[in-house]
Amino acid sequence: MSMSSLAIQTNEINLEYVEQVKKRQRMKNLLKGVLFLLPSIILFSAFVFYPMIRTIYLSFFLTNTSGVTTVFVGLENYINLFKSPIFLKNIQSTFLFVLYTVPATVIISLFLAIIASEKLKGIGFFRTIFSSTMGISVAAASVFWMFLFNPTMGLLNQLLKSIGVEPIGWLTDPNWALLSVSVTTIWMNIGFTFLVLLGGLQSINSYLYESADIEGAGYFYKLRRITIPMLSPTLFFAITVSIINAFQTFGQIDILTQGGPQNETNLIVYSIYREAFVNYQFGSASAQAVVLFIMILFLTAIQFKLGERKVHYQ
Amino acid sequence: MSQVELIELSKSYEKQKDILKAINLFIKEGEFFVLVGPSGSGKSTLLRMIAGLEEISGGILKINNELVNHLPPKDRNLSMVFQNYALYPHLTVEQNILFGLKAKKVGKQEQQRRLKEAAEMVGLTELLKRKPRELSGGQRQRVALARSIVSHAPLCLMDEPLSNLDAKLRSNMRVQIRRLQKRLGFTTIYVTHDQVEAMTMGDRIMVLNDGKIQQVGRPITLYNEPANLFVASFIGSPKMNIGKAHFLAKHKRLTVENELSITVDPSIARGLPLDRPLTIGIRAEHLLPGTTENTTHYLEVVNVEQLGNETSIAFDVGTELWTAKWPGQWPIQVGQKVPVHLSSEHLLFFDSETGSLIQSASQAKKQEVLVI
Ligand SMILES: Nc1ncnc2c1ncn2[C@@H]1O[C@H](COP(=O)(O)OP(=O)(O)OP(=O)(O)O)[C@@H](O)[C@H]1O
Ligand SMILES: [Mg+2]
Repeated sequence: MSMSSLAIQTNEINLEYVEQVKKRQRMKNLLKGVLFLLPSIILFSAFVFYPMIRTIYLSFFLTNTSGVTTVFVGLENYINLFKSPIFLKNIQSTFLFVLYTVPATVIISLFLAIIASEKLKGIGFFRTIFSSTMGISVAAASVFWMFLFNPTMGLLNQLLKSIGVEPIGWLTDPNWALLSVSVTTIWMNIGFTFLVLLGGLQSINSYLYESADIEGAGYFYKLRRITIPMLSPTLFFAITVSIINAFQTFGQIDILTQGGPQNETNLIVYSIYREAFVNYQFGSASAQAVVLFIMILFLTAIQFKLGERKVHYQ
Repeated sequence: MSQVELIELSKSYEKQKDILKAINLFIKEGEFFVLVGPSGSGKSTLLRMIAGLEEISGGILKINNELVNHLPPKDRNLSMVFQNYALYPHLTVEQNILFGLKAKKVGKQEQQRRLKEAAEMVGLTELLKRKPRELSGGQRQRVALARSIVSHAPLCLMDEPLSNLDAKLRSNMRVQIRRLQKRLGFTTIYVTHDQVEAMTMGDRIMVLNDGKIQQVGRPITLYNEPANLFVASFIGSPKMNIGKAHFLAKHKRLTVENELSITVDPSIARGLPLDRPLTIGIRAEHLLPGTTENTTHYLEVVNVEQLGNETSIAFDVGTELWTAKWPGQWPIQVGQKVPVHLSSEHLLFFDSETGSLIQSASQAKKQEVLVI
């Protein structure tokens, strides 16, 4: 009797001890985790979180030319933005730009990746060529395209002239400017997207294709039922990154058009830059930045919701 | 139903020459042909060459008397079960099974009919809506099997389709596959490691080693008259007992591993080259327990395995370990010297240098004659 009660007691003590040890281990793990995170927490705080909070703060104020807050205006900056036809036009241009560039970039890159993943002699050469725009800086690429777009000397207009078509003001005609910038952007982004998609294609197990070959599947059937679904996580990543990149386009606008003609190519990030560093309206610029942030956040959230259903993660 | 003909077929990779060397083979219509061999002997490679997944380096491959060396897999009209299943991870079991039928635009009703039939046959009816990653290894293997069943192809290639199943399911599936093959009549080329599978399923067996054919024949022939020492030790479980031997005393007595001395019947010794080094083989079931009258040797036991219905006993004979299989349960201790009966009529004789068979057991031959 006393023996058994003693045994139960020691068991209880043991259990308590085990709990304590477990707790201590959990604390240790937590500490370790935080330690590992510390560098990125510091970096993110300095370069992302602090500027973001500062931007939100600034968007409620008027500032002087050096960016010091002067008057608290509440939501006035935002209200003014949405009343301004130019800002609305900028948003419209931005969305159009995304629409022009993202699908085209992804589709062209996908096509190139699919043909480049064939096992042919000398395919490495083409892979290098297709991904080469990744190694070209925005500035260099823009200057290169500026020469092509040049109204009199540019190759494009020379070509048009040779087949007897009126020259086009690629960067000066309001009907063409946004399209021209889009083409430049597509060209520049293909390199990266191509590389990502090619990587995705190469990681698809070749056994799947062998099995499909034996089962009598044709090329397009395999493409539709194996390649695209198996590639969907990569495709999803490429699309998300492309969209975010398109929303944040700046360099090529600054070099090619400076937002003109008639604000046709004045995309949001460029508009923010002008508002802040040309017009010295830091408050209004911050408000624009916040609007952009919310738009991207919202779009990405929608994408993830849609993606959940369509993307096959292994 | 297809027949398959291989003429001087060979395979070399850039990195490795002669994976397969001059394979000549004829597989009859509706035959269940089993390919066995140790790991790395080129079984999968041969199968993949027949399927059209692997380039043929040399020789001719004919299916139904037509040259198919140049045809892509889908035009060879066959189905295949892969060693690693090759299921589509993003599709459900049902979609996996129907993948090929959809590609070939088979009618909806026919699809469902075949799906139902195949799913019942391999016991997957409950799992049709699952994804492959939600299945166990054995269940995946059954999906792969079902996928090849629904295609109703006249030639089916199977690369170790049962290797991941548990023993019970495996023997069940063995019967299922064989019955299915008999019913539908498709020609089957079946690769396996498992020589029980090979013996029980095959109409004929081909033993492959190092890319060379060792022997082709009916299972019983391979068991009774292995063409060489490799086949002798590869077919049958436990493996055949083997020992170096030479004749002494006017060809009447044979010394095995310098330890055992066996009296050889003159009718058996007659056909043997008496001056050459020989290797003899004897099956475990022919190493009989000795009675008071017929005991020929006493051997020391080094290991005993009680299997219930039979007892497996290991002896040390020279440098070799010999195994005997005696029906029933024998109360034998390790270290004990037990009487055995070793008769020359059960001996197989091989040439020690070339390894090839000189003379098979006369007892087995007699039995075969009786059967015929
Ligand atoms: N792509 C390749 N390049 C070079 N050598 C290869 C290649 N594929 C296979 N081999 C070699 O070919 C030989 C036969 O391989 P194979 O896969 O046919 O063996 P197997 O008999 O099926 O073996 P297992 O029973 O283990 O499946 C092996 O020695 C292997 O190393
Ligand atoms: Mg293999």
